[in-house]
Amino acid sequence: MSDCHGASPRAGLLPNPSILPPRPANDRPIIVAIVGPPNAGKSTLFNRLTGLRQKVANFPGVTVEHRMGKAKLKDNHEVFLVDLPGVYSLHPRAEDEQVTHDVLKGERGDFPKPDAVILILDATNLGRHLVLAAPILDLGLPTLVLLNMADDLEQRGGKVDIAALSSDLNTPVALISASKGIGIERIQQFLMGTAARLNAPPARIELPVLQDVPKCRQWAAKLGAQASYRAPAPPLWTRRLDAVFLHPVAGPLVFAAVVVAVFQSIFSWAKPLMDSLQGVLLNFGHWLTTVLPDSPWRSLLVDGILSGVGSVVVFLPQILLLFLFIGILEDSGYLARAALIADRTMAKFGLQGKSFIPLLSAYACAVPAVMATRVIENKRDRIATIMIAPLMTCSARLPVYTLIIAAFIPNIPLAGGFFSLPAATMLSLYILGFAAAIITARVLKSTILQSRGSSFILEMPPYRWPTLQSLSLRLLDRAKIFLKRAGTVILLVAVLLWVLAHLPLENGKTPPLEHSLAGMVGKGIEPAIKPLGFNWKIGIGLITSLAAREVIVGTLGTIYGIEGDELQQSKGLQAAVRQDLSTAGAVALLIFFAFAMQCFSTLAVVKRETGGWRWPAFQFGYMLALAYSGSWIAFHITRYFLG
Amino acid sequence: MDSANRAAIGASEPSPRTLAELATGERCILERLDLPEGLARRLMELGFLPGHEIIPGRRAPGGGPRVFQVDGSEVALREETAARLYVRLHPESDVAVTS
Repeated sequence: MSDCHGASPRAGLLPNPSILPPRPANDRPIIVAIVGPPNAGKSTLFNRLTGLRQKVANFPGVTVEHRMGKAKLKDNHEVFLVDLPGVYSLHPRAEDEQVTHDVLKGERGDFPKPDAVILILDATNLGRHLVLAAPILDLGLPTLVLLNMADDLEQRGGKVDIAALSSDLNTPVALISASKGIGIERIQQFLMGTAARLNAPPARIELPVLQDVPKCRQWAAKLGAQASYRAPAPPLWTRRLDAVFLHPVAGPLVFAAVVVAVFQSIFSWAKPLMDSLQGVLLNFGHWLTTVLPDSPWRSLLVDGILSGVGSVVVFLPQILLLFLFIGILEDSGYLARAALIADRTMAKFGLQGKSFIPLLSAYACAVPAVMATRVIENKRDRIATIMIAPLMTCSARLPVYTLIIAAFIPNIPLAGGFFSLPAATMLSLYILGFAAAIITARVLKSTILQSRGSSFILEMPPYRWPTLQSLSLRLLDRAKIFLKRAGTVILLVAVLLWVLAHLPLENGKTPPLEHSLAGMVGKGIEPAIKPLGFNWKIGIGLITSLAAREVIVGTLGTIYGIEGDELQQSKGLQAAVRQDLSTAGAVALLIFFAFAMQCFSTLAVVKRETGGWRWPAFQFGYMLALAYSGSWIAFHITRYFLG
Repeated sequence: MDSANRAAIGASEPSPRTLAELATGERCILERLDLPEGLARRLMELGFLPGHEIIPGRRAPGGGPRVFQVDGSEVALREETAARLYVRLHPESDVAVTS
């Protein structure tokens, strides 16, 4: 074990008691890093201090995300706050710990060394959390120590002498509640450097050997004792709730109910919202058509941009609702229990309980799912989860499935009218994606991503009420990301497709689709897709859907040149698709969409998260091969049975 | 070190117990962690330190990982990890050790 390295005890030179150094003459903004263990309330504090003046960013080259924000001080100065990944120590092992370590030591060339540190610890578990104070104070930066969850501590009968702790650590200490906003003005005071100047002059304090975890823990215990720390009673409600949520019978039932509720929210509750949004967009299109004079520009705006971007924007309510659910589950602490319950099942496929969280979000969208894999420490488990996430049936596949099923699958009642063939087809597609995902995980984990004894260590946070602020900031973040994508990638595809479908002009007029550039591209790939039962028009759709799956619906609408209101268009589109696709081809198309990696955003985020093009290229190739062979088989089987 | 001594005189006890063998609520003291360094360090940071008290708690339904109360928080571990943590029963434990 690593307990006994020969290093001599370090003495940390105590920082200047004023939390902030004098403002630099060159007017460089002051940067304060917020550091703390996971579940100490770092993000809540960060949100409280910065509100909407924050953004999520990635450190170049690594997968770790950090958030930057501005806090406005009462003296009208601003400080930049950076929310670093949660750590238990500064012993760099995991990638996020490395980032926190490097930023604090000023060893990242791309990020300036912070001028000061706010260390946030959980007051209800001070003995263990104070351990982190040792490496942080050793940095020699001005440090403010915050003991969060003051309300919890008091309620459960704990106490701590802040003055004693502050004098032992020789740095300002404050007791706060980030979620209730108690003691926040103290942080303001500290940041302005007023309260701090009253402190004692700098002096050395003895710090334990930082590599020696038991020694550090003893040091923390001694500090706690000197500050007459009394640990609070165990969280009663957490125990009571766990008695239900982890109960052998009730636990799995609650778990199943939660999963069903999430799906229900995606499919039925979001529908009225999506319908009304679609109505608004359609009316807007009609309005534009009546107001603008007939010209190619109007066509580009209404048929190209509005129909292309609009077909994607309608999914916003669905995605936000899903994120609201996941946000509530995560902030309340239930998600940790869900991961615990799912672990055994996930282990059968070579994964672990923590993979459950990203895979659940993948039903909305693979992009946030891939980002959510950060909770998985084991790199190979994490990559396996990233590889299978896009096989889960994301919401972008829904419009494609809906169109094709409505056009081809007859509405035959099944199971005595309880179910219908179209619904069964939809469900089979969901099951198919899930089955492909877990089989892929199994194969990956027993071949190229083998890992010896991947472990599952998860701290169970006490249950808490999610705060409105944290939930709304989350949703705002997601909405921004989603709309940005609709406004960039999808807008570009819509414009490009419109241009390609209208060029080259024949005698100064728009050519028939077959002679347009888009038509030529479709014809070009036709030999490759003919064995799957697709013709060149479907081919154009397949190519545009590389940008995003749902684009194929808009594309088919554009290339069939159908006009009229939404109902007619949908009916007309179904009729038009039937002319170009046999039933066997339609089944093949469904299978193709279930497996193929037609999403540039996902590939981009996988590249970012895995640090190169190797994994996204593998993923693209693998999923394409799966899609091609799967739809070839489906085409031939269906054709055989249907004659 | 205390744990080293214990290991040496381990013969006085019938067989070394691991955390995985304990019943729910059976208080114990951690003796040593028989795990790769990185994993051992992570566990120690979470409070699984030699000499510290651990109380086994609920198991995930269907026999998944188990929650342990340790150093003021609750941490879930898989059975195979718990089986590598050697413990002795807490002196004040209700379950008496016959010797």
